[in-house]
Amino acid sequence: MVLVLFSICLVASAAVAYVNKITTEPIEQAKQQKVVAALKAVLPEFDQTSEATTVDGFEGVYYSATLGGEIVGYAFESTSPNGFNGNVKLMVGFAADGTIVNIEVLEQAETPGLGTNMTVVDNPLLLSFKGKQAASVNMTVKKDGGDVDALTAATISSRAYADAVARAYNAFKSVTTGEINAYTSATQLKQQEGEAKCDGTACGGCTKEEAKECGNGPHGKCGENCKHK
Amino acid sequence: MGKNLSTFTSGLVKNNPTFVLVLGMCPTLATTSSAANGMGMGAATMFVLILSNIVISLIKNLIPDKVRIPAYIVVIASFVTVVQLLMQAYLPDLYNTLGVFIPLIVVNCIILGRAEAFASKNGVWASALDGAGIGLGFTLSLTLIGMVREVLGNGQIFGVDLWQGGGALIFVLAPGAFIVLGYLMILFRKLTAKTK
Repeated sequence: MVLVLFSICLVASAAVAYVNKITTEPIEQAKQQKVVAALKAVLPEFDQTSEATTVDGFEGVYYSATLGGEIVGYAFESTSPNGFNGNVKLMVGFAADGTIVNIEVLEQAETPGLGTNMTVVDNPLLLSFKGKQAASVNMTVKKDGGDVDALTAATISSRAYADAVARAYNAFKSVTTGEINAYTSATQLKQQEGEAKCDGTACGGCTKEEAKECGNGPHGKCGENCKHK
Repeated sequence: MGKNLSTFTSGLVKNNPTFVLVLGMCPTLATTSSAANGMGMGAATMFVLILSNIVISLIKNLIPDKVRIPAYIVVIASFVTVVQLLMQAYLPDLYNTLGVFIPLIVVNCIILGRAEAFASKNGVWASALDGAGIGLGFTLSLTLIGMVREVLGNGQIFGVDLWQGGGALIFVLAPGAFIVLGYLMILFRKLTAKTK
């Protein structure tokens, strides 16, 4: 009995190992092709790209593209963990002068028909960035006071998208200026602001008692919340 | 030959895994957000089902009764891993969409059910046909559900726009899967009841 089961497992694992061996290379190639295709889509014309490189303060990797030995742009593989359903991974391409050339979605698991519209050609999210000088864009959605047009009924996905672009831009600054800037996402900033204000002391136009009531929640815009209560 | 043919066609109509046996609902509901996805899932399942049916009917006399379920699962899991690797290598886009549901074919009750109910009692040829029939039934059902959801939800079919402006989004989301499945099941029952 044990012997039969053992031999079945043995044969099965040998077969799986064999398939694994013959597919390793095509799988690698398929992944490479995807990266190359994304690079072509997001960068200005180039004849060579660097290997994947890392920079401090940025979790992903980036590629610098050259044309005739001169750097024409950078592409950042940027991931935001704040998607509606996990990570949103983008390839963000910058020209050397900081213009966002194009953005390609590499990975996302957003709601089909809502958040997935971020992969559609010329969607409002992409158009908020495409062709613009990165420094001139406030990279949060309009609902949060930024310049980014969110997708209809997909604000969380849109926030994650903007967050990923902001991360890429932050890394772009680090790469081009040589100064390392730690990245703080808009959500984190908001939280910090909330915590700083709503620690149970008088703040934002509300009394100490009211401030206690609204607590340290992540939406801790103390002034607003307290007025409601 | 007549018996073989009926083995094959019973999987399509009389024993249709989705609309009659109501097996494998998890991938059915989750992956049919578009026709192409449903078809991909169905094809992957069919591939595993045919091969596991063949292998299990080949080794059915070697397996002691007490360990038959673990043995089946090892066989099925191996084929699923093979499918997963092949898909990753040659159909990376489909692999990304189907994601976690490929490994979950292992626990798809259609496959284990057919191994237990059919392949372990019948010859190789009949088991292969049964796998093909049930697999094709599953694929067609999933494609059909996917098509209906895609048309109603996005106004597209196999990614081609039928009209502009999309549709009722709910059909692409999870509740739409239940609604579409329910109505298709009613329709299927009605049609098959008439032919009896």
